[in-house]
Amino acid sequence: MSDPKDFVAGVDSDQRRSPTRVVFVTRRTSAQVKSNYEEQVQTYPEVLFRVVLAIEILAIVLVAVALLFNAPLEGIADPTHTPNPAKAPWYFLGLQELLHYFPPVVAGVLVPTLLIVSLVIIPYFHINIEAAGLFLQHRRRRLQIFYILAIGLIAFLVAFHVYVAVVPSLIIAILMIIAANSSPQSHSASCRYLARKPMAWWVMTWFLFELIVLTAVGTFFRGPGWSWVLPWRS
Amino acid sequence: MPGKTDEILKKIERSRVWRSIFRSGTGSSTLHHALAIQQSVFLHLFSTKVRKRMLSVSSTWYLGTLTLGTFIILIVTGVLLMLYYHPSVPQAYADMKDLQFVVSSGVFLRNLHRWSAQAMVFLVFAHMFKVFYRGAYRAPREFNWVIGVVLLLITLLLSYTGYLLPWDQLAYWAITVGSNISSAVPLVGSKIHFLLLGGNQVNANALLRFYVLHCLILPLVALLFIAVHFWRIRKDGGLYVHQSEPQKAEALDETELVKEAK
Repeated sequence: MSDPKDFVAGVDSDQRRSPTRVVFVTRRTSAQVKSNYEEQVQTYPEVLFRVVLAIEILAIVLVAVALLFNAPLEGIADPTHTPNPAKAPWYFLGLQELLHYFPPVVAGVLVPTLLIVSLVIIPYFHINIEAAGLFLQHRRRRLQIFYILAIGLIAFLVAFHVYVAVVPSLIIAILMIIAANSSPQSHSASCRYLARKPMAWWVMTWFLFELIVLTAVGTFFRGPGWSWVLPWRS
Repeated sequence: MPGKTDEILKKIERSRVWRSIFRSGTGSSTLHHALAIQQSVFLHLFSTKVRKRMLSVSSTWYLGTLTLGTFIILIVTGVLLMLYYHPSVPQAYADMKDLQFVVSSGVFLRNLHRWSAQAMVFLVFAHMFKVFYRGAYRAPREFNWVIGVVLLLITLLLSYTGYLLPWDQLAYWAITVGSNISSAVPLVGSKIHFLLLGGNQVNANALLRFYVLHCLILPLVALLFIAVHFWRIRKDGGLYVHQSEPQKAEALDETELVKEAK
């Protein structure tokens, strides 16, 4: 066996604060104990006070908003008169934007189901727990896989004319290429920052970026017949 | 006068009735503070002590707390709105107009409910992304992340069912667009669509169903999951705080670690 020992062992000697602990640190995890003792505070009153304060500030802000802006109320519901465009609530407009390009079974059923499933399983996959930069190990192979996936995704989006989703994907892809050509020793701080980001971070950031762009486009830039309009022109 | 009030308050606090309700006593010692948390059915969801670093604004931005805040505001304003609302066609819309012109502070009440609902959806998303970027979903907190995803869905459903209740054009067509998607589900699509609306299109039955979901079923389910969510924070060892300072972590290279391990 090339790896006779896959862990380091240690013993916590401070028995007054905690019972003796034996620790085994495997090679994949980082072994850093910065402090043995954490300062603690009582939940009552310290935490409860802050919670109440935070909620009170929130309440003041929301009351101010409620005093200044009226909630929308249109004419009574009329099944015979369809407004154009008929829009869902803002948090579903990203999906409605996709509905414009893909059949309902894809944009309305498949995509949301996949999203929920992928959110639920995030903590259960080791790749999402890993904290090492994506391109710091197996750089060549990972870069190959990245190029295949990125070009495939962008080609797919272009084929369906989803140019709105192409832009964020391109930006993230460019950032990933910068990350692949950087290392934690790079001169620029932003390069060092990008180089250290693990795969889970890239996927989630891409998702967040797409979510914001699609929702914003659906909310502000879509007019009659789901055509492109500029919000400041109407 | 204040002296006398204090005396009366003290007397009440020492009385047998008061002590039978609040068993923790009124001292300011650590023990009393701990008991105040432990012996309340609601507060015992939280641990009696927390790490001080957890309280810094930068680590959580208090997004979970603020989400709870919007939920409380929504319950209070929602119950008050229920006093003026009939889930029937076309009375529902007339009630909106009454809120606007007849009920005192009716517009304010509806505004606060509406904007708090929007804020809650936004805060739930923000909370989720903040938790992700902090890496707080990792073991042993995996299951609490899953409960969080369930709470996200409940929040969206709560907001969505509430969207129909004003029974105006905006509500009617948003729900029509949304519910039509459910018919796209393979095989059982039209059945789900019918079950959701109580008919083949958005009508009085749909309004009643959304009302029951919005005011009774979903809030109860949400409360249940919120309780589990909080309880799990305590059981999973408190809120996640970063274990090390980033500057020092940088110095410790991956390869060094491997060497050390050997």
